Amino acid sequence: MGNDSAIRELVSACVGQTGAPVTALRKIMAAHGHIADGHVGIVADVFNLSRADVRGIVSFYSDFSTTPRGRRHIRICQAEACQAVGCRGLTREVSAVLGLGLGETSEDLAVSLEGVYCLGLCASGPSAMVNERVIAHATCEDLLP
Amino acid sequence: MSRALVPNETLANALGANEFARELDARGHEVIRSGGFGLAWLEPMLVIDGQAYGPVRDLDALEEVALGPVDEIPAIARQRRIVFDRCGRGDPMDYDPTWLLDQLRRPPREIIAEIRASGLRGRGGAGFPAHIKWQTVHDTPAPQKYIVVNADEGDSGTFADRLIMEGDPFCLIEGMLLAGHATGADTGIVYLRSEYPLAARIFAQAIAKAGELGLLENFVMELFIGAGAYICGEETSLLESLEGKRGEVRTKPPVPAVTGLFGQPTLVHNVISLCSVPGILGMGGAAYAEIGVGPSTGSMTFQLAGNIQRGGLYELPFGLSIRELVEDWGGGTRSGRPFGAVQVGGPLGAYLFEEDLDTPLTYEATAKLGAGIGHGGLVVFDDTMDRLQQAHFAFAFCAHESCGKCTPCRIGAVRGKETVEALAAGEYTEDKIAVIAELCDVMEEASLCQMGGMTPIPVRSALGIGK
Repeated sequence: MGNDSAIRELVSACVGQTGAPVTALRKIMAAHGHIADGHVGIVADVFNLSRADVRGIVSFYSDFSTTPRGRRHIRICQAEACQAVGCRGLTREVSAVLGLGLGETSEDLAVSLEGVYCLGLCASGPSAMVNERVIAHATCEDLLP
Repeated sequence: MSRALVPNETLANALGANEFARELDARGHEVIRSGGFGLAWLEPMLVIDGQAYGPVRDLDALEEVALGPVDEIPAIARQRRIVFDRCGRGDPMDYDPTWLLDQLRRPPREIIAEIRASGLRGRGGAGFPAHIKWQTVHDTPAPQKYIVVNADEGDSGTFADRLIMEGDPFCLIEGMLLAGHATGADTGIVYLRSEYPLAARIFAQAIAKAGELGLLENFVMELFIGAGAYICGEETSLLESLEGKRGEVRTKPPVPAVTGLFGQPTLVHNVISLCSVPGILGMGGAAYAEIGVGPSTGSMTFQLAGNIQRGGLYELPFGLSIRELVEDWGGGTRSGRPFGAVQVGGPLGAYLFEEDLDTPLTYEATAKLGAGIGHGGLVVFDDTMDRLQQAHFAFAFCAHESCGKCTPCRIGAVRGKETVEALAAGEYTEDKIAVIAELCDVMEEASLCQMGGMTPIPVRSALGIGK
């Protein structure tokens, strides 16, 4: 999935819903993995917004990415409850093994590393997500391929 | 055949609850996916024929983690569970609407009077008296009114919204329908953060079930999923986001109760505020007001997190001390090292130290410390916490999450972060502290919303800067 007519169909299906442009962009992320230049134009067209407006929305929300993420997308919580149980050390460790900083993706798109602020498992940190899988008491081994 | 309650809750699932449910089913048990009880250190906690076991690691070694009858576990029995009364007790979709339908026949003014008598204040952070908002929405004439539920639970150390939406979604549906009936709103929208996919699935299922039960004949209920922005927990930013835009905050006044979503009167409430409503109407507002201390009435869903032995959700009357919560309920640090600090009320809350621990957990007592009770989250650190690093994080987080609309927050957070970095590098110490203190004053006084306005709280408290 990802060709323009399929994306247009996806976006058009959101018309009339509350907060539709945000929902449409979320659906593009789910279907395509990132929001490409052409998608911005489609959303602008369907909702009668300027491209600048749509870019403004895309850049505002951290769930939206304009570049592809890794097939293994690792997100490590960086918020206080996880800081208190060592998320900074865990992040450094994972980062060193992968050779990636937070917000970076490997060139072959195999893996990407990102910070996240709170997954709601704050009594059982450090918490992390690998793609859709939520991990409590995360260790370096849990996160690496 | 035995009846096994297995929580279908994000933490329990991360620790293997799904696999245990499948295995118990294969062994011939009647498996019911319930909500979680919120006792994080006992998860996954299974209840088999009324007997609790946790934390379960191996189904063949249950006796090693036997906890006895679920209602006799002290950490449950000693709570005052009003919001969480039903959570964990059974299949959340197994719902009988009789009580709700009776309540929906009461005149709106009677319901608002109960909320007023209860003294309920917002559980999202601001602590604003709920009945004033209800009355305002009720009294403002408009062609359309909305109930908007703030489930953008972004504060670190909080998970009450997630637990109730996963474990007892009908508690929130009851609160929304009652609020809609009382204020004259016929549309309710839940703004849920994208980091909670299981809560989204369960709540969507509950909305469908409510429709089947005929509860939505005169009420439209929607679920909106956010896109990763802490600032959208601020009510006007949330409304902008719901309108499909960047979540930039609005200036107040006008308040949302007069001019809210799409310019219409809107009752914006945190999940737990609305989930307190069924309990209030059940026992009566006056009885609810008897619980707690002074103007901090009722129960608060405290969430104990971070470096803590027995973390989790404890619903208790307002008024116990921070020490009781951290030491008696929480059992001290998980690392076993001495207590260092506790941040109360999320990323915009104060770092409190040993000398503050006897402060009662009420809106008033925490305010006296220049802190706030926020959404009820407490994050514990051991003595390895680096105060400068936490002050740096407070500014960095604000810089990352600022919506950018007002200058004090947008620029102040970045300059604050740089100044703490210079301080850490040992450059002109006294001078830098004065700059940080001044920045904090400007951000507090001149920011449009509490993101910039309250970032000085963790900064000052971490660095020991007086106001």
